[in-house]
Amino acid sequence: MTQKFTLNVNGKTHSVDVDPDMPLLYALRDDLGLNNPRFGCGLAQCGACTVHMDGQAIRSCVTPVSSVGTAKIVTLAGLGTPEKPHPLQTAYVDEQVPQCGYCINGWIMTAASFLATKKKPTEAEIKTALEGVKCRCGTHVSIVKAVKRAAEMMG
Amino acid sequence: MTKHDNPTTLSRRAVLMGTGALVVSVGAPVGIEMLLSIDEARAQGAKPPLTPDQLSSYIAVNADGTVNAYFGKMDMGHGLFVAIGQIVAEELDVPFKAVKVFMGDTATSVNQGGASGSTGIQLGGKQMRMAAAEARRVLLEMASTRLTTPADQLIVVDGVVSAAFNRDKKVSYADLIGGKYFNVQLDWNKQMGNALYAPGKAQPKPFKDHKIVGQPIKREDVFAKVFAQEDFVVDIKVPGMVHGRVIRPEIAGAVPVKVDESSVKDIPGVQVVHQNGFLGVAAPKEWDAIKAMQQLKVEWSKVEPPFPNQNALYDHIRKAAVRKREVGGKTTGNVEEAFKTAAKVIEAEYEWPFQSHACMGPACCVVAINGDKVDCWSGTQKSHFVQIGLAAQLNVPLANVHVRWINGPGSYGRNDADDCAADCAVLAKAVGKPVRLQYMRDQGTGWDPKGPASIHIARAALDAQNNVIAYEFKSKGFSRVDVNTNGSKLFDTLAGQTLGVALQSGDGFGVPAESYEFPNKRASWETIAPLLDRSSPLRSSHLRDPVGPQIHFASESFIDEVATATNQDPIEFRLKHVKDPRDIALIKAAAQKFGWDTRPSPKKGQTGNNVTGRGIAYSQRNGTRAAVIAEVNVDRTTGKIFAKRFTVAHDCGQIINPDGLEKCIEGNIVQGISRTLWEEVTFDNKSVTSVDWISYPILDITETPEKIDFVLINHPELPPTGAGEPSIRPVAAAIANAIFDATGVRIRRVPFSPDKVKQALS
Ligand code: FES
Ligand code: FES
Repeated sequence: MTQKFTLNVNGKTHSVDVDPDMPLLYALRDDLGLNNPRFGCGLAQCGACTVHMDGQAIRSCVTPVSSVGTAKIVTLAGLGTPEKPHPLQTAYVDEQVPQCGYCINGWIMTAASFLATKKKPTEAEIKTALEGVKCRCGTHVSIVKAVKRAAEMMG
Repeated sequence: MTKHDNPTTLSRRAVLMGTGALVVSVGAPVGIEMLLSIDEARAQGAKPPLTPDQLSSYIAVNADGTVNAYFGKMDMGHGLFVAIGQIVAEELDVPFKAVKVFMGDTATSVNQGGASGSTGIQLGGKQMRMAAAEARRVLLEMASTRLTTPADQLIVVDGVVSAAFNRDKKVSYADLIGGKYFNVQLDWNKQMGNALYAPGKAQPKPFKDHKIVGQPIKREDVFAKVFAQEDFVVDIKVPGMVHGRVIRPEIAGAVPVKVDESSVKDIPGVQVVHQNGFLGVAAPKEWDAIKAMQQLKVEWSKVEPPFPNQNALYDHIRKAAVRKREVGGKTTGNVEEAFKTAAKVIEAEYEWPFQSHACMGPACCVVAINGDKVDCWSGTQKSHFVQIGLAAQLNVPLANVHVRWINGPGSYGRNDADDCAADCAVLAKAVGKPVRLQYMRDQGTGWDPKGPASIHIARAALDAQNNVIAYEFKSKGFSRVDVNTNGSKLFDTLAGQTLGVALQSGDGFGVPAESYEFPNKRASWETIAPLLDRSSPLRSSHLRDPVGPQIHFASESFIDEVATATNQDPIEFRLKHVKDPRDIALIKAAAQKFGWDTRPSPKKGQTGNNVTGRGIAYSQRNGTRAAVIAEVNVDRTTGKIFAKRFTVAHDCGQIINPDGLEKCIEGNIVQGISRTLWEEVTFDNKSVTSVDWISYPILDITETPEKIDFVLINHPELPPTGAGEPSIRPVAAAIANAIFDATGVRIRRVPFSPDKVKQALS
């Protein structure tokens, strides 16, 4: 049975009529047409589907729509724009991080919620904060450089 | 709706013929009246045919003077299109930014082999260079007529041709041909795929004149990607599309015998597709398709579990009947005779497991069938081969199938993308609607074609003075082409095999690629039959640098073993026997950059729990060579390896874009570390059991090397060779040699996960 839900995503409200158990990922991608969170595993193991829920990085592939309530959801498209980029987006371009780029969402969204609360992190702290997020193309070295660069930009 | 072109109405192969008189032979002066307007041609369907012998199949100049380059290969994340754009801009003398590269679309490009064997620049770029040079030559001839100035007295700057001695006498490419097609025939070698080559009359520029080639130009797509502006194949939506999922058996080889459709009847709009061994579902909503996949009650045929115990894998390989044997590389002397005279023989055996592509996302594809027209959006590395496969599978003319390559979730060879396209076509045909099929994680990791498992035996004969008088290297393993490297044949796809087409397993392996010279030397390989001859989750095919990491893990570990046995420094030993001057320069450059301390391994006097070591390995690959030096930390208590620092010397001839090259090598090294330290496909008697990121771990960000240094050796005077794979090749051996240097223990089986290292150390 489907149910109506109101979702607050990137500052706008949307209503969806979906199975309450359906993971938020499918509502964002299929119902709202927001492509930035991606399906990587559906098992909370890779980070590809990460979005912010009231500022916290969460894995939308295992978050039922019914559990979202009035929380504010932000996706990569809502994090920054070419005119007003998030420092991580700027750093990602400067460091030319991605290869295929499928993993980008997981890294940027996870790092963004970490850097929002942690100023001037050490390299070890950055790595620990990002533990478990996956990149199969092996861009690890560039990811670490970009997050360090963004952290510096954020002061 | 996202990025979605309407299916092309123009049959690109129909064409021209009515106005065939317009075909101009190479060398004839080309007047503007002999060129068709792009718009007009589209309207009339009158463009030169999209065949390899037409210049218009590679290059077009738009009305605004920008240039389209149509490329029959695609970028797997290394920024290949930047390098191709540089090459085309260089030869045409237009600004880099004026060139747009269109990749892997069967409606705009010819079959240049797709992403394959690190040949994007080596072969694909070579053809684009020749085509662009020919385009420039033709444009100069046109300008010569227009400006009444001999062609050899014309110069080109940023797409504007002018008389060298009167720069006011000028005409732009846009004025000459903008918006119209070239109608110039090339000298095609009648080959398709990687071997395709079709030069014109023009010679490319001498390297000394290069201004754009060699520059570190950045990738523009990174911007689009970080601002979520670019669609991946998973984002493609077409009108009327439904979502598909496939269902795989629990015991490999089983087929569905009874399917209870009533078990999913509560799911809105669900359709079940059961044909022979193929089973899938489709539903208008993606989540519903997933639920149907999970909920559908299926009775599977009773089959004997097909696989051996995993711990018997290497014994199985050792004992299995040899299907094909081949000697490769350069054989010298008489190995058997030389071993008879040896004062001492060193022998070692190495083992490498099955590995998975484990791409960041499981494969995804969209197929829309309209009468006898087929549209496909795929992350495949080989769209032109998928086109052939779908045409055969759906029994429609080749020209009716339009496959667009869309950036997918990474790809490192024959991953699950081509299987996905074939599965998707089965679903789309059966349900009569466009279908988007995405595999689930367990299907991506569990059921992709695997990099083959193998064993390797190396032996060396020494004389009484410790000189190596003979060297023999043998590999035995599953084939790199049990299923072929693309989905052009139904029997090479899971869809085909589940529908009952018998596998035609191919044989292929390889031998070490290096330039060691010993008086007697021989290398060979043997392949064995697959463990299951149909729809196998352990079918083997190409995984980044097909069989290169396995072979060179063994061969380059063994070279170190011989150095140790004769008490020599690993680099000094190599330099004694490596004969190719570029290899020698490469190894020396790596050693110098790393700060190599010359001494035999293992390192003496290390006590305590944490020990460090350094190791080198080197290899060639189709003209490219890479030397990798690794520094590792070993925690003796936990067995945990930290691959801390790397130096890579890389020589791929002419460097087109040094920044792109560095990034490409960086990915090779990190993926190489991952495959060395962590990766092993696990299985039980029934099927593959490594099906997600827990059961198939890869290198974590917390294990990122602290530093990777590069020495990029540029040979602008030589043709560029590939970089997509060569540097992953020596990584495992460099790490193994460093572990030996640190601990004095030789590990001869990959992966070096903590439990395995701990066991080896105890
Ligand atoms: S898709 Fe959600 S963590 Fe992998
Ligand atoms: S760039 Fe391909 S998975 Fe990270």
